[in-house]
Amino acid sequence: MPTVSVKRDLLFEALGQKYTDEEFDELCFEFGLELDEITSEKEILIREQGGEKAEGASDVVLYKIDVPANRYDLLCLEGLVRGLQVFKEKLEAPRYKRVSPADGGEPQRLVITEETASVRPHAVAAVLRNITFTQERYESFIELQEKLHQNICRKRTLVAIGTHDLDTISGPFTYTAKPPGEIRFKPLSQSREYTAAELMSLYKTDSHLRHYLHIIENEPLYPVIYDSNGIVLSMPPIINGDHSKISLNTKNIFIECTATDLTKAKITLDMVVTMFSEYCDEPFTVEEAEVVYPDGRLSVYPELAYRTETLSGDFINKRVGINESAESIAQLLTRMCLRSEVSGEGDLIQVEIPPTRADVIHACDIMEDAAIAYGFNNIVRSTPRTYTVANQLPVNKLTELLRQDLAAAGFTEALTFALCSEEDIADKLRKNITETRAVHISNPKTADFQVARTSLLPGLLKTIAANRKMPLPLKLFEISDVVLKDETKDVGARNNRRLCAVYYNKSPGFEVIHGLLDRVMQLLDVKPGRNQGYHIQAAEDSTFFPGRCAEIFSCGKSIGHLGVLHPDVISRFELTMPCSAIDIDIEPFL
Amino acid sequence: MADTGLLEALLRLLEKVDGGIDSQDVAADLGVDHQLIVGAVKSLQALGEVISAEQKSSKRWELTGEGREIAEQGSHEARVFNAIPDEGLPQNELMKMPSGKVGFSKAMSNKWIRLDKAHEGGPRVFKTVETIEDTVRDKLQLVQKGLSAKLEDKEKNELKKRKLLSEVTVKSYWITKGSSFSTTITKQETELTPEMIASGSWKEKKFKPYNFEAMGVAPDCGHLHPLMKVRTQFRQIFLEMGFTEMPTNNFIESSFWNFDSLFQPQQHPARDQHDTFFISDPALAHEFPQDYLERVKQVHSEGGYGSQGYKYDWKIEEAQKNLLRTHTTAVSARMLYKLAQQKFTPVKYFSIDRVFRNETLDATHLAEFHQIEGVVADYGLTLGNLMGILHQFFTKLGLKKWVEVGNSGVFRPEMLLPMGLPEGVSVIAWGLSLERPTMIKYGINNIRELVGHKVNLQMVYDSPICRLDS
Repeated sequence: MPTVSVKRDLLFEALGQKYTDEEFDELCFEFGLELDEITSEKEILIREQGGEKAEGASDVVLYKIDVPANRYDLLCLEGLVRGLQVFKEKLEAPRYKRVSPADGGEPQRLVITEETASVRPHAVAAVLRNITFTQERYESFIELQEKLHQNICRKRTLVAIGTHDLDTISGPFTYTAKPPGEIRFKPLSQSREYTAAELMSLYKTDSHLRHYLHIIENEPLYPVIYDSNGIVLSMPPIINGDHSKISLNTKNIFIECTATDLTKAKITLDMVVTMFSEYCDEPFTVEEAEVVYPDGRLSVYPELAYRTETLSGDFINKRVGINESAESIAQLLTRMCLRSEVSGEGDLIQVEIPPTRADVIHACDIMEDAAIAYGFNNIVRSTPRTYTVANQLPVNKLTELLRQDLAAAGFTEALTFALCSEEDIADKLRKNITETRAVHISNPKTADFQVARTSLLPGLLKTIAANRKMPLPLKLFEISDVVLKDETKDVGARNNRRLCAVYYNKSPGFEVIHGLLDRVMQLLDVKPGRNQGYHIQAAEDSTFFPGRCAEIFSCGKSIGHLGVLHPDVISRFELTMPCSAIDIDIEPFL
Repeated sequence: MADTGLLEALLRLLEKVDGGIDSQDVAADLGVDHQLIVGAVKSLQALGEVISAEQKSSKRWELTGEGREIAEQGSHEARVFNAIPDEGLPQNELMKMPSGKVGFSKAMSNKWIRLDKAHEGGPRVFKTVETIEDTVRDKLQLVQKGLSAKLEDKEKNELKKRKLLSEVTVKSYWITKGSSFSTTITKQETELTPEMIASGSWKEKKFKPYNFEAMGVAPDCGHLHPLMKVRTQFRQIFLEMGFTEMPTNNFIESSFWNFDSLFQPQQHPARDQHDTFFISDPALAHEFPQDYLERVKQVHSEGGYGSQGYKYDWKIEEAQKNLLRTHTTAVSARMLYKLAQQKFTPVKYFSIDRVFRNETLDATHLAEFHQIEGVVADYGLTLGNLMGILHQFFTKLGLKKWVEVGNSGVFRPEMLLPMGLPEGVSVIAWGLSLERPTMIKYGINNIRELVGHKVNLQMVYDSPICRLDS
């Protein structure tokens, strides 16, 4: 969930009303948001960097508000206020309008060349005319772009936004891609020109920009936008040019979004212009811009598309579990910025989805908004009549029953990790990693998560190692899943439920572990015997001490091993006493 | 138990006195070491109310080593006097005696002897009196007999100065008769024996009382892990509510079932390397229900089923990527798909099993945890039903503030309809972690103390049974 931080007093001023913290918290809840924290820049600095750094920082009260992940229209003060005012029925949702240039002139044009195809093929653009910034509006404009970059733009990988002072540049603009050595311009906040290659090394140490370098770093061509005079507007998704940077005095803004995902680029552009067209001389109008594709196709942006969905009041009532008239449901939806009216045919409701609500992609989203506006706490709780008979998963049922009796037999249950290092399941058990049939993880952050375990034994031995101060003997067990590669499964691997137990004492206690096997078999109602019963037979296994290991057979099928652990295994797990163990597959007993 | 004879001797002494007696006096009377009497007192106390004894401390005079020697052999001056024959003794010979020096000067100052310095053959010592009275020895012998009270303080202090006496603190007991005083002793039995039961002799015996303040002996047993005890209770709750357990024994899952089938777009941050463990071997899943996969692709890239879709280029290569499942909802998806392949019947499903996140680890986050999940599929389920069933579930848990620990919702049509579930069927679901409520229940702050090999086994041994609703 993104968190939006707004100045409380500014928010109340825009809402035309003051609230206590409790009242505002309540309002947020009703609107489906959460007032996460009440703080100030100073408090944040004190918490994060200590009192000294915070000296002189602002103590203006900030509200931090958690916003649902796909509500991009609530990521700035302007959008929040608009949403809340409409919800409180103090304001009618504005209609966003795309307009042609006022003086009958040509729209701004962005031409995409085919070189962009390999790196970042999409671009959209729009113009905000005659905008009036104040310090707060300007900051909010910058902050919204950052929020969009972090959310819908997926840290600029999908979409990158560039905003420019239109009066410093002249179209048509060209969106192309060039080798890094051939791109040369003065970027924002720098005093001289750099080549793109130089910039990439310059930004390696930039705490903010270094996170975006990987997006194009290894590409032969970097995306770049020029104006008709060869001035660089931006090198997306990294940095804008200094020449066209916007300021408090900027009146006309050229906005471009370059992207690998066109849908997200359109939504992002719509968000920027719908939020800030409020400050244009003609509020909520946006001047169109043309985008020409390499194949000659021409598109006009921003789309600012309104869509109408028709659904019945009955649908909403049945899905939410309420009983409201179509009219009242239409009113609920209108309060959520989904202008709705009853169409006259039965209880059908026409719901208009504005360009700000890109999150509404299905009738179920409309239903959810109706529920929010109705108030979740007002919905009557009811028990579904769904009649079903419960069943346990057989392997879990068996596990539950065995666990109880293993504890009754004097063994204590351990709970160890399913992920471990290669060393744990191979070297430390004196096995070769290739013979383990282990599933390997491609992106472990540490060695502790290299593989899924193929045996429960390492976990138990590590548990003993962490509890060496406990009185001897230590008797531990675990019944849980290991993971083995298995070509016959759709994903190429399967779980295997195993029972493992260890006995750790001054003497190996093979007879104790052997006795446990006998007890387990007694519990499973398998009698000793060669054919229909179970028996053990001397075996060699590198994990065990030579001559002290046996393979366990049940009904003629090998189900595991028991024995005294090899001294090297014991020392590799940082243990000092002899130890015997049993490890069996319990799935044959289902 | 002290010797019975001694105990009875003590009791007989006690019988004769009104009031009580001091254990020191008993020791003196019976002529035994005081420590033996102390032992006897303790043994008698253990028998019940035969005697009562109160510890007290008193000062008393005792002979030093030198004092005892003098009490036996006489004072140094007396020994010097007695060593001198009538014809006298050369001074140098007298000085060779062990008591020579001290005895000589004392005897001189007592005027028992004289020194003739001018005697031919060297200085010679002569008696000056016929007999002497060795008062030092007499006094010390009095003290030795325990009769130090007969000496004056001045005398005792003088002897103390000569390091013949010392004053010591003595602990003793003031012994009085108990409520069941008797001069004979019945030996108390420690435990009932089979012989006593057989012979009936237990009726005559007195039994040593138990110390009910002491802890018992810990039973020799194994223990279940607290997290697993809580898991058992959650399973129980679901079973009581009629939910069937899903087969979640497949940690390795394809991105298709873990994300795509749930209508999670392929660019979603949860599918990032930073959040999910991907598998390098076996890297890809190789088998999918083909026509279902096509429908999933369509709903993502173009929409359909009443949805706008996400309108992006859906790639099979992304869907094939194997991973460690990030939620058990992957299994719910498989189950719902399976359900859709037959004539629809309402179902209630649950699972509690491990899920994996490639997250940054801290005191409450591990790379793996147990997810609890409940799913209900039926015609016409409402949000009111979801809230109702959550209320029932969390009431059984005894948790009032359930919003804090879980997530819930209604599965999207874009997930359900491509599976082939009928249009009117809704599926409500909720999930929470097993670890969080367990940590709250058992008051554990660091998840590593609960899960994994670093667990403190003592905590496992000591953890109470799990009753979620109390």
